[in-house]
Amino acid sequence: MDKIKCECGHVNPEGTVLCEACGKPVERNQHIDGNDKTKLLNMRYEGSARRSQTYNRSIVDKIWNFFSSVKVGVWLIVLALIASGLGTIYPQEMYIPAEAVNRDPAVFYEASYGLLGKIYYQLGLHNLYSSWWYMILIALIGISLVICSIDRFVPLHRALKNQQPKRHSNFLSRQRLYSLSENVSEDEREVVIDRLKKQRYKIMNKDGNILAEKNRFSRWGPYVNHIGLIIILLAAILRMTPFLFLDDYIWVREGEQKVIPSTDGDYYIKNNRFILETYDEDDEKFQAAMEQKGELTHKNYQTDVVISKVVGEKITGVEPELEKVTEGSIQMNKPLKFDGYTLYQSGFQENEFSSMTFKVYDVNDEDETSLGEVKVENLMSPEKTYTLDNGIEVHLNKYYPDYEMDNGEPRSVSKFPRNPAFVFEITDPDTGKKEISFLGIGKNIDATGENQYKLGIVDFEMHYVSGLTVRKDYTLPFFVVGAAIFMIGVIQGMYWQHRRVWINPEGDGIAMAAHTNKNWFGLKKDIEKAIENTNIKMVVDQEERERKEQEEQEA
Amino acid sequence: MESLLNVSSNALYTAFVIYLIATGFFAATIRDKRTSDGKNTKTSIIAISLTIIGFIAQVVYFVTRWIASGHAPVSNMFEFVTFLGMSIVLAFIILFFIYRLNVLGLFALPIAMLIIAYASMFPGEISPLVPSLQSNWLFIHVITVSLSQGILAISFVAGLIYLVKKIDQSKRSSKTTWLEIILYSLFVTLGFVIITSTFNAMDYEATFVQSENENINMVYHLPAIAGPEGFELTTADRMEPYFNAPTWMQGSEAPKKFNTLVWSFLIGTIIYGIVRLILRKRVGAAIQKFVKNINLDLVDEVTYRAVAIGFPLFTLGGLIFAAIWAQIAWDRFWGWDPKEVWALITWFFYAAFLHLRLSRGWHGEKSAWLAVVGFAIIMFNIIVVNLVLAGLHSYA
Amino acid sequence: MGTNNIDKKQNKKKKRYMFRFIVLVILLAAVGYALYFNLTADKDIYEEGDQAPDFQLTQINENNEVESIRLSDLKGKGVMLNFWATYCKPCEAEMPYMEDLYPQYEDDIEIVAVSLDASELVIHQFIDKYNLTFPILHDTKSDVMDLYGVGPIPSTYFIDAEGKIVEVVAGALTLETLEEKFQMIAPN
Repeated sequence: MDKIKCECGHVNPEGTVLCEACGKPVERNQHIDGNDKTKLLNMRYEGSARRSQTYNRSIVDKIWNFFSSVKVGVWLIVLALIASGLGTIYPQEMYIPAEAVNRDPAVFYEASYGLLGKIYYQLGLHNLYSSWWYMILIALIGISLVICSIDRFVPLHRALKNQQPKRHSNFLSRQRLYSLSENVSEDEREVVIDRLKKQRYKIMNKDGNILAEKNRFSRWGPYVNHIGLIIILLAAILRMTPFLFLDDYIWVREGEQKVIPSTDGDYYIKNNRFILETYDEDDEKFQAAMEQKGELTHKNYQTDVVISKVVGEKITGVEPELEKVTEGSIQMNKPLKFDGYTLYQSGFQENEFSSMTFKVYDVNDEDETSLGEVKVENLMSPEKTYTLDNGIEVHLNKYYPDYEMDNGEPRSVSKFPRNPAFVFEITDPDTGKKEISFLGIGKNIDATGENQYKLGIVDFEMHYVSGLTVRKDYTLPFFVVGAAIFMIGVIQGMYWQHRRVWINPEGDGIAMAAHTNKNWFGLKKDIEKAIENTNIKMVVDQEERERKEQEEQEA
Repeated sequence: MESLLNVSSNALYTAFVIYLIATGFFAATIRDKRTSDGKNTKTSIIAISLTIIGFIAQVVYFVTRWIASGHAPVSNMFEFVTFLGMSIVLAFIILFFIYRLNVLGLFALPIAMLIIAYASMFPGEISPLVPSLQSNWLFIHVITVSLSQGILAISFVAGLIYLVKKIDQSKRSSKTTWLEIILYSLFVTLGFVIITSTFNAMDYEATFVQSENENINMVYHLPAIAGPEGFELTTADRMEPYFNAPTWMQGSEAPKKFNTLVWSFLIGTIIYGIVRLILRKRVGAAIQKFVKNINLDLVDEVTYRAVAIGFPLFTLGGLIFAAIWAQIAWDRFWGWDPKEVWALITWFFYAAFLHLRLSRGWHGEKSAWLAVVGFAIIMFNIIVVNLVLAGLHSYA
Repeated sequence: MGTNNIDKKQNKKKKRYMFRFIVLVILLAAVGYALYFNLTADKDIYEEGDQAPDFQLTQINENNEVESIRLSDLKGKGVMLNFWATYCKPCEAEMPYMEDLYPQYEDDIEIVAVSLDASELVIHQFIDKYNLTFPILHDTKSDVMDLYGVGPIPSTYFIDAEGKIVEVVAGALTLETLEEKFQMIAPN
């Protein structure tokens, strides 16, 4: 736990690899950055003491150190990467196709993909991204982000703030770019410094020792982008809080007015009409593509709606007094917003009948001349009695909105008029005789075979049901801020490079060393420009030289 | 309208041919010893000028097609993949002017050409936009993603060059095998282009009709090696399929695409086999002579630089812009759609790449392998996700 | 000086420990919060022990004279709140049991059968078929269904005399279980 006093007089914290003041390697700590095995110094964190590398006593310290390791962080990323990939092998539960024979996940996966599908389902991979272990994995990445950042930011900040232009000769000669020049005049030195200044380097001069530095801020990029990511993760947590985020869905028929779910019954929506547009078949621009596809391409989905708010007392089930809030069209890519809620166009159905018209005619009439028409207006909830002009009375005795035969008995399988069937009772005005007819799509049954009147469908209308997503999301700004900070951080760290050039007197001449965190090529060009036509030797890329020597030896 | 489209497709064709010629000139620069000091020779000036001219021709294609269709031409597979090829060329031009590395062109241009050729196998008609695609954010998203993938492709190219030079070809090892696999995959792509264009030229058509519902059919443009399950061949004089495509493939017309894949591997393998017979050594060993004079450190730096530029751009286009569009169109900015997940995987991967490089010192060869894998993930997302996995993006 | 140094070190160590401890606790709390909300997100809105939310609907059974029912008016009686529909087979199966027990428990318990059908006609068809005498409410716009967050039907809420939900049963009831529940919610 002892502090390390360097020969330059500076007292460094335990775990320091390179003296904070002069850069001299602290002998017993070289293994930390692997400097003991290489000629060049590892400059990753300026050789500062990362706290996690030094203390390892209590359980808290142990947990902390675990997460502080970049190795652990990368492993977590790799695990998340593999896990995410697993979830795309088969569709997630929410993407089970609507037309699947059985959408129950317990059946669907095995039926569609056999044994592998069954295993997939049993392992819970069909709901992978909301599973507890995937969330924990992402949470662990978040923890690693926070701890890694704290552990590295503080010492790095310290090291960069306390930089000294005078560096130990050992530090300089073990930089990747290094040169030792003799017979350098004072003028030449000034020229070089001037040229570096012109290239926007900041110059620090202490007793003739020079440190030229630029774009130090790029070193903070990683920490800035990690803060952005942390904000995004926090926003994701906030999103699970009900009053900050809600998500619901409503099917609303044309002409129907109903309460918008998840709004505490405060808001009502009326669907005035739904519009489905397709591209013109004769549009020469798209003709070829549509012919290839063999069908018309949809151009627009749109629901024209009126949104109202309940005024006065609100009792569920009782028709409330409403006041219009807004009116407008909801289109794909053009949601409608009101009072913090957003409505999105996200689906439609055209499988319901809205009305059907029948004519009554005499069984024996070959021309089937109409004796009068019955129009059943609202197939969601039809009227019971219809009187024709000539006095014939028609009763709707039984109604099956979504008809099906079930063990020889007619029944409805839903409340939606998708396949309406009717049992009509016709009363003859003169005789008072009642007769029964059963009617459905493609069915017209006279059970007794003695009926005088017959009914036939002459017309029908269908209506669209529009599917709208209801959203309220107060967490979006957090995501936006997080993403923005992340981008700033990444760009700051990736598109700029921290470049430093040290020029220290060494004997009669000068030692020049340079370091950058990336783009060595650019740094070399900077130096080339600065030392042109002077006696200062161009720095040598020691890593490159080393490798070339090695290659030659091999050859 | 018709004429504008003609101009457009001619421009694309021209670009392709010019890239081909430019590749030849880049190959010629390799013999020049001076290239390694970063000074440009006459040959290399001609090569890069040609590349730029080719790029301009492709810009003409892009702009005229935009005018003709009324929307940015990145809305279907043909347009998107073509644009990816264009992005690769653009990324190459930018990095060329930073590093003056001729050998980059020798590898980048063929890959860009292969991708453009791949694109041209998809239906090239101008398609109308379905409602969900009618958003400017979509175009911003796709264009940014494509640019970032172009740059990341250059990191792949640089990584490949690094590996070709670095890997010891004197004896067979797992490394030489992996490198061969990478190169083989390029042959498979070539096989795809050859077989598809051959049968396209012949107007080959074989119609399959579903046994249960005769209204559903599938038209093959290649002889069916793998037929669709539960369909029957109705066109006369056509080859009967040898087996049926696996039913777990969910994309639209998956059996057809699977059949194409089988063909591609078949032809790719044949070409590869012939090339091996002629060369009498591994392809990796044969092309090693092109990279003899390169500076490995510089190539390594290009790999990293390309990722450093591409990663933020990918985040912006592939995640942020994508999220904005998804929020407006699909009411959620993130929905775990396979394509989204694979974009996230790509992002995770390059994040790991950067951490390994910056914090754990993975330079040189390790870095090069990672760059290759990264690009493989990108290609997986473009090809396999559309082929096998259904989702919002399966628009081709 | 020596002791002073040690004190300082001790102090620093303690501070560092506290800092790490607090950061870890905060992170853990955040993860716990996320997991808790995520795993409980899918549950019903109203559970056993909650106060049953109020509503008012029109009564349509012609065999029953009540005009409309407001849940809060039924305090003092146990309430069987049953969500059903004519097209639902298991609902159909349990209806006769309800009809069997209704006369016997009428004074202590009210059966409130909320039909989710759209058409009144089909409900009358159904009432006639089974000669139902307990009140049938018509939730024309599924308002009450949404309020209770009802998923698959039948779904039954047993509510005590104080208006508290005692039990929620998803799926059809048998005669025995129904009687058991009635005894549970009947005010002595």
